[in-house]
Amino acid sequence: MSPHLELLVRLGDNDVVLAQRLGEWVGHGPVLEEDIALANVGLDLLGQGRMWLTYAGELEGEGRTEDDLAFLRDQHEYRNVQLVELPNGDFADTMARQLYFDHAHLLTLQGLARSADARIAEIAAKARKEVAYHVERSNDWVIRLGDGTEESHQRMQLAIDRLWPYTGEMFSADAVDIELAEGGTAPDPRALREPWLAAVGAVIAEATLAMPTGEWMQGARRGGGKQGVHTEHLGHLLAEMQFLQRAYPGASW
Amino acid sequence: MKNEWPLWEIFIRSQHGLAHKHVGSLHAVDAGMAVKNARDVYTRRNEGVSIWVVRSSDITASSPAERDVLFEPAASKIYRHPTFFPMPDEVKHL
Repeated sequence: MSPHLELLVRLGDNDVVLAQRLGEWVGHGPVLEEDIALANVGLDLLGQGRMWLTYAGELEGEGRTEDDLAFLRDQHEYRNVQLVELPNGDFADTMARQLYFDHAHLLTLQGLARSADARIAEIAAKARKEVAYHVERSNDWVIRLGDGTEESHQRMQLAIDRLWPYTGEMFSADAVDIELAEGGTAPDPRALREPWLAAVGAVIAEATLAMPTGEWMQGARRGGGKQGVHTEHLGHLLAEMQFLQRAYPGASW
Repeated sequence: MKNEWPLWEIFIRSQHGLAHKHVGSLHAVDAGMAVKNARDVYTRRNEGVSIWVVRSSDITASSPAERDVLFEPAASKIYRHPTFFPMPDEVKHL
């Protein structure tokens, strides 16, 4: 895969996988209003994922559609970061995952909105409005739960600590990232780490939580989700998500 | 039900509407969350450009028992409707 194509698949896979996770909340949300809100965020991501994967299919030039890419690739071909494939856990875990991902997502899209590739810039400009709202929601919940009751505080702290080691991957750069950054196609992920730390740190402080300090990060040594190395959770997620297309090839609505 | 979140009444102003219209109600812990929830529950299909939220308990309503006393007297006073005046053709939007 060319770096350009690799980028589109990484972006698309983050969206599709997290959308699938958020969809799992439907019918299980703590209140009806939150149930709908989580589904909305998931659907925003699904819409964005479709745009990235459609473009990826066109760029690849082998006739693969967004559906082929989403439903007929196996887990080692998926390029999402490990953070988004992690199970939902409790509501605090889901919100910690959103907090970490949404802020990185917004910074990435802001960079991509200035991409040398006009189509990428266009998709990013559209997506970042949706993601700005995701950020607001995640900030809100982390602050409410962190600065809430003794139990909600404790569970929110556990959640941000537990997911912390999965954040490093979003700011690591491999050869693909470096080539794209040099060509002006995408922002250098390493440059997003400081603004991300500042934004996430401010929310964690306002939530009266302690900022995680662990240095050890998943995937730092042998590659992570961006290189196709995933946790044991992605296979199960894909099995459920892809079942219909695998069992009934070509089935359509 | 003491752990239930308070109820809020939601008003949405649509793209071309001049006034906010009541669209329904929802639960939220405070006004800020009520606005966010209203955005997610009631504006998913591009229904609005502005949201108002009001705590349901802050609304004072007329009593259904007083319906006759309050509204019945107006029913027989058709002369209060401005339907007896011929409208010039140039007047639009009436």
